[in-house]
Order: sequence, then structure tokens, then C-alpha cells
Amino acid sequence: MTNPITQLLHPSCVLLDCEFKSSDEVIHAVGSKLFEGGFVKTSFIQAAIERENQLPTGLPLAGGINAAIPHTEIEHVLKPALGMATLKNEVNFRNMISPKETVPVRLVFLLALDKPKAQIEMLQEVADVLQNPELVKNLLKQQNYQDVVAALEGA
Amino acid sequence: MDTPKRILVACGTAIATSTVVAKAIEEALKERGISVTTRQCKAAEVKSLAGDADLIVTTTPVPSDLGVPVIQTLAFLTGLGKEAVIEQIVEALKEK
Repeated sequence: MTNPITQLLHPSCVLLDCEFKSSDEVIHAVGSKLFEGGFVKTSFIQAAIERENQLPTGLPLAGGINAAIPHTEIEHVLKPALGMATLKNEVNFRNMISPKETVPVRLVFLLALDKPKAQIEMLQEVADVLQNPELVKNLLKQQNYQDVVAALEGA
Repeated sequence: MDTPKRILVACGTAIATSTVVAKAIEEALKERGISVTTRQCKAAEVKSLAGDADLIVTTTPVPSDLGVPVIQTLAFLTGLGKEAVIEQIVEALKEK
């Protein structure tokens, strides 16, 4: 059975074990891949960065490795897709529920959604990943796209 | 049968987060035999829509003076404390 995440996760939009200094840099890098892949308009990148600054998406997770799920308005999206980054060093995002607090993040899913209701399975799958500390840990170890897919589909 | 309780689910853009949270709440309450309807909105819309809701569940800060109970939680995304939050929702709806 194909996992709803991996259907929307394209090899060019997965950045593994990379180094960034800020949440803006992470969103810019992954967003650029989504743009090059033809999934989003050029406006998506700036919109996602601004949205993250106003309404952050950092999430403290059970296993201590935290995640963020940046996204923005559907008007910037051409085709639904998912970008992903695993970070060698923690990058500070701010906490979704308490924006004054920072959350050191090592896993980022950049969501490009055009019809959220149609992409509910993928969104639920992302939430399932976030709720599975072993899988989060496992994803951070992977060095290539195939192994990321195998980890997601094996979970 | 009782009229379904109305839960307003708020997040930043009403795109990704509240979609997941609304679905998770519906399923969790259905398992407990409680029928609810959910409506998603942006945090900025909460004030104008609060009057039509029995309860507000939000993943992002919202005003506190809404006249409707507010539960602020990331549990449906992260899994942390989910059972406790479901209990809190059940209790809040009982009082309605």
C-alpha cells in the first residue's frame, strides 16, 4: 500500500542532514525545491516565511526531537506536494501554541496544499509521523530518499 | 438523539492544522458515542464565529473573552497528552 506521504514527497524536495541557521533559511531552501519542481508559485516561499513569522508551526514532540510544519495560503500552490528537511543541527522555530517560546527543530515538513480536505490522508499521516518518536528518530538517520520512503512506509 | 455539539476548530490559516485536529476530535468523540459537528476557522475569525459554537479548540493563541469555553492544545498533532485533552473536551461539552 502506498503511503499518502510518499505519494506527495518527491525526491528533489527532500533535503537530508542539512545545515541551516534559521527557520527562514530552511523554508527558503525547501520552498525553492518545491518551486523548481513546479508545485508552487514563486510567491509561495515568501508567503510561507511570513506566515511562519506571524503564525509559527514549531511542535515539541514526545521523543525530544521536535518538528515544524510550515505552510501557507492555498493561492500560492499549483499542485499539492510535500517538502521535507532533516537538520544536522537544531534550528529554532517558534511554538505554534505559544509563539513567544522557541522550539529547537530537526525535522521539517513544508506543506503545499491546494485542497486541504482532499489531502486529509497526507495530513493525518504527517501527524502520525509526529506522534511516533521512533520513526522521527529513524527519519533523521536516513541519508537518501529511498531510505526515507522505506522508513515512512515501514512504519 | 441529542443535537450534535458544535466545536469550532481554529488554527493559523484554517488549512492544515485544523483539518487534522477537526478529524481527530470527530473520531475520538465518536468512539465515545458523542456526536459533534466541527467547523474550521482561522484564529482571526474566532471572535466572529464563537457565538455559534459550544466549544472552541485551538492550536494557536485566541482571545480569551469569547463567552465559550476554549481549549488550547497541540495534542491532536503531537499526541502528547491526547487522552487528557479528549476528557477535557468531553467534560466541557457535558456542561453545555
